[in-house]
Amino acid sequence: MATGTGLKIRQGTFSTLPELTDDEIRAQIQYGIDNGWAVSIEYTDDPHPRNVYWDMWGMPMFDLQDAAGGLHEVNRCREAFPNHYVKVSLYNPKLTKQTVGLQFMVQRPGHEPGFRLIRTETNDRHMHYTLESYAATAAPHGDRYAD
Amino acid sequence: MAGKSEEGRPRWLAGVMPYKEMGYWKPDYEPEDSDIIAAFRITPQDGVEPEEAAAAVAGESSTATWTVVWTDRLTAYDNYQAKAYKVIPVPNSSPPSYIAYIAYKHDLFEEGSIANLTSSIIGNVFGFKALKALRLEDMHIPREYIKTYQGPPHGIITEREMINKYGRPLLGATTKPKLGLSPRNYGRVVYEALRGGLDFVKDDENINSQNFNRWRDRYLYCMEAVHRAMEVTGEVKGHYLNVTAATMEDMYERAEFAKELGSVIIMIDLTIGFTAMTSMSHWARKNGIILHLHRAGYATYARQKNHGVNFRVLSKWCRLLGVDHIHAGTVVGKLEGDPNAIRGYYNTLREDKVPADPVQGIYFDQDWAHMPGVMPVASGGIHAGQMHQLLHYLGEDVVLQFGGGTIGHPMGIAAGAEANRVAVEAMIKARNEGRDYFREGPDILRTAAKTNAPLASALEVWGDITFDFESTDVPDVLELPTPVR
Repeated sequence: MATGTGLKIRQGTFSTLPELTDDEIRAQIQYGIDNGWAVSIEYTDDPHPRNVYWDMWGMPMFDLQDAAGGLHEVNRCREAFPNHYVKVSLYNPKLTKQTVGLQFMVQRPGHEPGFRLIRTETNDRHMHYTLESYAATAAPHGDRYAD
Repeated sequence: MAGKSEEGRPRWLAGVMPYKEMGYWKPDYEPEDSDIIAAFRITPQDGVEPEEAAAAVAGESSTATWTVVWTDRLTAYDNYQAKAYKVIPVPNSSPPSYIAYIAYKHDLFEEGSIANLTSSIIGNVFGFKALKALRLEDMHIPREYIKTYQGPPHGIITEREMINKYGRPLLGATTKPKLGLSPRNYGRVVYEALRGGLDFVKDDENINSQNFNRWRDRYLYCMEAVHRAMEVTGEVKGHYLNVTAATMEDMYERAEFAKELGSVIIMIDLTIGFTAMTSMSHWARKNGIILHLHRAGYATYARQKNHGVNFRVLSKWCRLLGVDHIHAGTVVGKLEGDPNAIRGYYNTLREDKVPADPVQGIYFDQDWAHMPGVMPVASGGIHAGQMHQLLHYLGEDVVLQFGGGTIGHPMGIAAGAEANRVAVEAMIKARNEGRDYFREGPDILRTAAKTNAPLASALEVWGDITFDFESTDVPDVLELPTPVR
């Protein structure tokens, strides 16, 4: 795997596979629905690996029966934010779970500037590390990718 | 208790008396909900009747000594005596062995102390002369006693949320060679495996702080590797820094340094002992660090069918004292393990309610009272070409560790890691699409390999490798009656 030639962020369950087609996205959403999971669509312009709170494209769809409805919302979100990261998050509310069951990306910007690793050296070669999104340092929230 | 034994001998007359007659054999006893119940496989010496052998185990693992003592009468001994209440012959066993069910009041055990529990349950009794062999097969732990333990510092759900990865097995590898690499070279292996696509890399059980690889340097290089890999992949990565050391003070020092460097996870070996494991569990909860346990040494007492402690019991103890990861077998890899028994271990570690199931070797229903689950780790001789089998047998809440299967890849370590990642993602995708992935697994992998050279290469090298030996320990499978609970 080449590094240094731009970045493909590896977040979500299928990030090393070829980009999912609409049919493939629909099948994964249906898997979540069949498990009783809620369907959420989220987007962001700051893909820091510890950015948990991407913006929500509406409320989670708790009562969705047909994955086509989920795909429809995916496409609306992608149209509204063509240069953002967009993911589908399937949430399992069952007792002893209450967490995400499956999460996968359905859109990424054409150019991913990636991250800067900041090393703060202290005594005895001790190091403190900080990871910073280039996108987030270049411009404020909402103004990072030319939409 | 009556003043005389069954044989008519006065119960409190000084001298030796069969355990059966001292109150440790009570066939009419009905266990209470709050009792701890143990299922022992007992192999009595010739001429020792099984009920007496069972009573002896009950006696020696609770209040008894070899002779009558009047000081019993200063106690509510009926409460404190363990009670063997059922003995069932194991079919076709030679020499004859039996499953003995023994109930213990939870008053007998200190709250939150596996050291204390095990000092009774597997203390003196295992060297007892009246038995040829003794094995602890399973234990029922009541809710009252479960609630006295911390449990996993974080558990499966919190771990996934900490590292932001869902819906697929996590991937790891153990750095190889496990001894001999300098810290700087060691960190190179970590970096390559993480940037290629693994979630975790791992210290092996016996890399602590030897003269070729001192812990502080190893931690520095490994955490440089972890953060570099996060930079180039944009996802959370970790390396299990082994803090196993000679003293608790050393372990705390190493764990603190791992924390300061930003590690999400540390590891300990089973060899440090139950109390040290519990201390590290409390440290891990307090400091927000995932705790990985390598079960180094477990097979010395867990492997033989007639003697020792079954791993399912060790799994329960480890869930109680609290670890987030534990190695629990692979089914298809190079190390010992029957598929049904391993499924039983995984269920015991992960599920909230585990029903009795003789096929899996589980003797008792176990309710974990919502204690978080432990993530099982499958490690040893597994590779990308087995991904459909691994998912089928082990499920998705598991860490699959491909050491040789990553580092031995002909195109390099990062390519080996990428092959594993592509294989697991392709298999999860196919499963979710409703495909019969177990049967179609090889096709699914070949298709994914068409667009991924590292996977194609891995399948070419390892596609046919299997480890097919008969297991030394399989459940009896025959329906053994189990208590109501």
